[in-house]
Amino acid sequence: MRPRRATLKDSEQQARIFRRRSILAALLVLIMFSGLIGRMVWLQVVQHDIFITRSDKNRMRVEPLPPNRGLIFDRNHKVLAENRPTYNLTLVREQAGDVGQTIDRLITILGLPEDQHDVLTQRSRERLRSYEPALLLSDLNEDQIAKIAVNRYRLPGVEVEAQLIRYYPDGEWMSHVLGYVGRISQEDQQRIDTSNYAGTHFIGKTGIERFYEDELHGHAGVKRVETNARGRALREIDRTPPQPGKNLTLTLDSRLQKLGHDLLKGKRGAIVAIEPATGAILAMVSEPGFDNNKFVTGIDTKSYAALRDDVDMPLYNRASRGQYPPASTVKPYMASAGLEYGLIQPSDTVYDPGYYQLPNDSRRYRNWLRWGHGRVDMKRAITVSNDTYFFTLAHRMGIDRLSDFMHKYGFGEDHSLDVWGAGSGLMPSRDWKRGRYNQVWYPGETLSVGIGQGYWLATPLQMATAVAVMANNGKWVRPHLAMQVGDQKIAPPFKDTPDDIKLDNPHWWDLIHDAMENVMSGSEGSGRASGRNLQYRMAGKSGTAQVFTLGQKEKYNASELEERLHDHALFTAFAPVDDPKIAVAVIIENGGGGSRVAAPIAREMLDAWILPSMKPSEEAQRHVRQNESTAQHIATGD
Amino acid sequence: MMIDYWQRVYRRSRRQYQRLSWRTLHLDPWLLLALLTIVTGGLIVLYSAGGESTYLVEAQALRFGAAFLIMLLIAQFSPRTMQRFAWFFYVVVTLMLVAVDVIGTHAMGAQRWLTIPGLIRFQPSELMKLAMPMTIAAYLSRRVLPPGWLDLLVCLLLMGVPVALIASQPDLGTSMLVTASAVFVILLAGLSWRFIAVCGGLGIAAMPLLWFNMHQYQRQRVLTFLNPESDPLGAGWNIIQSKTAIGSGGIHGKGWMQGTQSQLEFLPERHTDFIVAVLGEEFGLIGMAVLMSCYLLLIWRGLYMANQAHDTFGRLLGGSLILTFFVYVFVNVGMVSGVLPVVGVPLPLISYGGTASVTLMAGFGMLMAVFTHHKTTPR
Repeated sequence: MRPRRATLKDSEQQARIFRRRSILAALLVLIMFSGLIGRMVWLQVVQHDIFITRSDKNRMRVEPLPPNRGLIFDRNHKVLAENRPTYNLTLVREQAGDVGQTIDRLITILGLPEDQHDVLTQRSRERLRSYEPALLLSDLNEDQIAKIAVNRYRLPGVEVEAQLIRYYPDGEWMSHVLGYVGRISQEDQQRIDTSNYAGTHFIGKTGIERFYEDELHGHAGVKRVETNARGRALREIDRTPPQPGKNLTLTLDSRLQKLGHDLLKGKRGAIVAIEPATGAILAMVSEPGFDNNKFVTGIDTKSYAALRDDVDMPLYNRASRGQYPPASTVKPYMASAGLEYGLIQPSDTVYDPGYYQLPNDSRRYRNWLRWGHGRVDMKRAITVSNDTYFFTLAHRMGIDRLSDFMHKYGFGEDHSLDVWGAGSGLMPSRDWKRGRYNQVWYPGETLSVGIGQGYWLATPLQMATAVAVMANNGKWVRPHLAMQVGDQKIAPPFKDTPDDIKLDNPHWWDLIHDAMENVMSGSEGSGRASGRNLQYRMAGKSGTAQVFTLGQKEKYNASELEERLHDHALFTAFAPVDDPKIAVAVIIENGGGGSRVAAPIAREMLDAWILPSMKPSEEAQRHVRQNESTAQHIATGD
Repeated sequence: MMIDYWQRVYRRSRRQYQRLSWRTLHLDPWLLLALLTIVTGGLIVLYSAGGESTYLVEAQALRFGAAFLIMLLIAQFSPRTMQRFAWFFYVVVTLMLVAVDVIGTHAMGAQRWLTIPGLIRFQPSELMKLAMPMTIAAYLSRRVLPPGWLDLLVCLLLMGVPVALIASQPDLGTSMLVTASAVFVILLAGLSWRFIAVCGGLGIAAMPLLWFNMHQYQRQRVLTFLNPESDPLGAGWNIIQSKTAIGSGGIHGKGWMQGTQSQLEFLPERHTDFIVAVLGEEFGLIGMAVLMSCYLLLIWRGLYMANQAHDTFGRLLGGSLILTFFVYVFVNVGMVSGVLPVVGVPLPLISYGGTASVTLMAGFGMLMAVFTHHKTTPR
């Protein structure tokens, strides 16, 4: 079929058709472009807010700036807790190329066991978003860091990151009082503002670290950075700098603490020393201790189980939580109660045949000395620690008044200011017994309580506090560990301080102090063996408590059985009598007699604190002043 | 034959030298102005989209300089010559497409390039964008119009072979544009509405067939278009990011080189297919409106010029070329703003890229040729 040549008429008709169609097309083009413009209006005007938010979210990333944890010093500005840099190995998967190969190389380079491959691969995936470094290994040693550095070109995406981690230079002899920090657990997250802990891995778990957590932690800052699509931070838009945690100066004297640790070495026991005028805790020792550094990076299950199941319970803070019968150490307090209630006069005597009998009761409550001390007045009763005298007094007083008055010394309650987890002991009363055992109070029980036994339990911290109150002539200061938090001095008066103990005749305090001094220096004094060659006036009171087993989990074996049935040895003391500088409570579990075992330890503690040998030398003091100015620099954030 | 032709051109230009005008240069000043405006604006956006790279801008300017020369050259040919060469051109390009299928160069998962070693690497499918409307127009202009069943069948055959070859490369975007260019010729030739309705119905019926013949990535694109949020980090990423870029631009835009989506590389393909999102982000709705107006004026002028052609071939070719250009713009802006699925269609005159801009300008050269070569030209 040969195509027909178009005629002129055809051509005109075609031009007409074309014109019509092209006008139609032009209209269609207009409509469709209007549609596109409409789409733009929809995106750019109507939904503009949604997209501007989305675009900002795209480009901006908020990165937490964790604050540096405050340091902890003792009263002489010796560092007790510091932040040590550690090095961690991280991997950014997106930059690693072949992740498996990179991990294989790492294992070869660091000489890790082959089975680490899966572990490291798993860890490399544990992160929140892409391009975020995942933590592969922590706490690298110098050798490992060097090996990584040399082979860096073969390890794309692998970085060594510095991080600050808590370090306790003194380890086990500070562990109970300082406590430790550890990885933030699910449980911890309940009690913190998690936004303030973004970027922070550690939190105070026990002790000072726990109690002053808020102050030590500080406040996290944030920075907003602009990132590109590959997650790389290009520039910082703005930042709220973190507020570093406050430095903490403790009332503790680490030398006294160390001495206490040495004195208790190989024993189970506790020492608490308090400065009576201020309530400052100078030493708080619990033996055995543990190395709290192990808990920072995360202790392995085996080591933890070993500590937890140890018969000697090294994790247990005996000083603040251990509950022991205060035994005869309470006799001076009982005397003050008797005087105040008008039940005795200092010169009144009681005849001690070696036992005490309640009226119309044949049962004999024995004095520790079977044949008795004969006629004893108040001073002699304290000096020789006569039981019969105090049985008599307790019976006259009755449990209600006894319990009331001993509460004034802080028994049965925790009055410490900042000792984390301090126990409150137990000051028994009629009501308590009814509530606890649904039984009436028997008069015989009052007698046991009168010599600090029976149901009466107290922590070494409470015993030291009570003797400090005694040394203060009844004036109360709450025992505390912090001396300075940041710029703020921690000093009495404190809130919620118990009422001072007032005696009708203030001279009675002197009489009791005199009796306690006689314990150390009198010819009959129970602690006279430890009172020889005293260079200052020391007051003390011994105690020997019947065995009280600590827990249910204790495993006895034949050789230990006998040892663990021995009495607990206790001693409380303060000195100098006319101007008390230190009050101390010592307890040795199953140590035997208080005056024989605990008293020498108390004496050494007092000597150490009071005698000039312990006082900081000129040079040391200058050093301290220097440290102080440094500490202030740190505190002001220079 | 060629030598003869050039002699005639030479004599003609000598004759007309004294009365030099746009017409004697075979150029249209309005079309040229619109083209230059869009290309210049495009270079400004490209500078920002390419991360302030002068290299990209220089390369693009150079490319358009060359393309303008090609346009100028092609504008000198008379439509009659084009009509005569259409079949030859069509056969050569179709053979090239077959060659691509056999010995073509792979790149980005598709086989689109033909390499003449040491000389040039190009996509024959781009040339088909010109060969197709030329051939269909050449065929139909010799038939009695409006076209009948038989003409339609022949056209479909002429269209089908190259489109199938291009689609199998695979290159959905180009095959669609080539199809469009052929269809526009047929429609402008006055295909009756009855035919249009029947073919439209058949086309819709053929949709499932098309679906099952698509590559996995092509299907994925369609699925992603229907629900971009289903895979925000994978296939949906492009469309989410481009919508975010445009939407966050607002009315006034974030300012030149201030677009965070584009400057921080959230926006993919920002100097090629998605460049309009950069414009939308940095120049806002105002920038978009200006651009769309420029395109609209360009297309209207093109349609007017096609109408002024002196014969059917010229009209059909010119109309098809300018409407295909419109499809380019509409599909690109539509896909970037999320109203059409993502197909690889660049934004004409603005997107950075090689062959496409050259064929486009060659097309405009043809449009100018059909407009300026009037009855004064010897038969």
